[in-house]
Amino acid sequence: MLEPLQEEFMRRAIAEMVLLGLAGGAIGCWVVLYEFSYAAESLAHSIFPGLVVASMAGVPLLVGAAPAVLVAAVAIALVGRVPGLGREVGVAVVVTTMFGLGVLLALSPDAPPGIQELLFGDILGPTDADLIAAAALVAVTVVALRLLHARLLATGFDRASAAALGLSPALVDAALLALLAGAIVVAVQGLGNLLVVAAFVGPAATARNLSDRIGPMIAIAAATAVVAGVGGLYLSYYAGTAGGASVALAILAAYLLSLPVRPLLARRAASRPGVEATIG
Amino acid sequence: MQAEPLIEAEGLAVGYDGSPAVEGVSFALQPGERLALLGPNGGGKTTVLRAILGELRPLAGTVRVNASCGTVPQTERSRLDYPVSALDVAAMGALSRLPWWRRPGRRERHAATVALARVGLEQLAGETFGELSGGQRQRVLVARALVQDARVLLMDEPFTGLDRAASERLEALIAALAAEGRGVAIATHDLEQARRWDSVLCVNRRQIAAGAPAQVLGREVLEATYGGAIVELPGGHGQAILPPHHHHHP
Repeated sequence: MLEPLQEEFMRRAIAEMVLLGLAGGAIGCWVVLYEFSYAAESLAHSIFPGLVVASMAGVPLLVGAAPAVLVAAVAIALVGRVPGLGREVGVAVVVTTMFGLGVLLALSPDAPPGIQELLFGDILGPTDADLIAAAALVAVTVVALRLLHARLLATGFDRASAAALGLSPALVDAALLALLAGAIVVAVQGLGNLLVVAAFVGPAATARNLSDRIGPMIAIAAATAVVAGVGGLYLSYYAGTAGGASVALAILAAYLLSLPVRPLLARRAASRPGVEATIG
Repeated sequence: MQAEPLIEAEGLAVGYDGSPAVEGVSFALQPGERLALLGPNGGGKTTVLRAILGELRPLAGTVRVNASCGTVPQTERSRLDYPVSALDVAAMGALSRLPWWRRPGRRERHAATVALARVGLEQLAGETFGELSGGQRQRVLVARALVQDARVLLMDEPFTGLDRAASERLEALIAALAAEGRGVAIATHDLEQARRWDSVLCVNRRQIAAGAPAQVLGREVLEATYGGAIVELPGGHGQAILPPHHHHHP
């Protein structure tokens, strides 16, 4: 159990995973409640060309990812406005274009080796900068989610009445998407372009099955992401499997374990007095 | 001598993408009044409510809203597993008064508890919203409007799917809210209910009639409102409209 901790790289990997798990688990709850999972997946893939360019230029991946996510967001907004094309079509067009561009660049003769790392992540080798970025992400996430909590909750609950309560659904959506985009940019280096979404959606979906209040849901999601994430690292250490993929597998396992609990929660609620039509 | 109306519409036309879904709407909602919004599905009832909320701009005419409006929508099926309690939902009404960075605190939760007691749900404050019955959910949303201190309540077919006991209970609550001087505008399909209230507004793509139920709800108005879908109830119980489930909103 303690053996992996004697390795410097494992200690760093665990620190990175804990930080990303805390942020990803918490943000993921809102991603799931707002049905933004597809947007999260899309943002992650849209970053790919930025990562490739940064890697070719030998600059930190963050420098490439940030503008790529901006370009993708603006492009999605613009394509979505083309008459006759829905928002989903807009997202699909932009994402496949961006990802294709990334692949094109990655397979060019100038591309350095190690493109695999961009796709599948390098959770076992976080740099100091990666760790600092992840810590900053956790701090920003805690502050932002605390400030936005009540508005996120009320808007997600009843979008149609939000305006009557003085809320702006568009602003709340934009704030959540901006936070999500920032988190993906930070997390993608560790977890990889293809698997990063697992850390945002999987733990939250698990927590959804285990709780029927938002506070506990966020706590459970963050805990699930941390435990499954670290568990995945151990799996990777002992079984010699790829880091990011092992983490994704561990998160999936947590989700599957949570599935049978949901009906139990519902049954417990239905058996309480006064809840069904008796009072009307 | 009447007080200033809570809501006043004059020649109002509203719709989507520049083409009116309903036009020629003129009515006033006075304090203490229950206004029934009658019309077939797709006839423009919800559109009128959305214009009052300011979500849709008038294409013609005006709508003046002189009071805070609270909404009581139908709960979407997809939101029934949303992780909030009845108390959480009622407390959301306080957001209209709080600065954007503040969340409902002890004071607001107390106001929410009082409002839930007002609608007869204090026992169920801690229950998950989606696990309540349809009538209970409607009353939680009324409590949210009370926490908001809304002087106008806009209710979109609140009786749909309720059994008789739940309907009667909700109707009594609406009467009590009106007795406090609030205005309540209710989209409904129940003509008998509308006859018991203070005024009606009949719409079918345009305003058919508006005024006191006894004067307005005659055969001609009903036929113009619902097309041919009216049936005579046996035993002199008046008219009813056919169930509208083969229609759909635009």
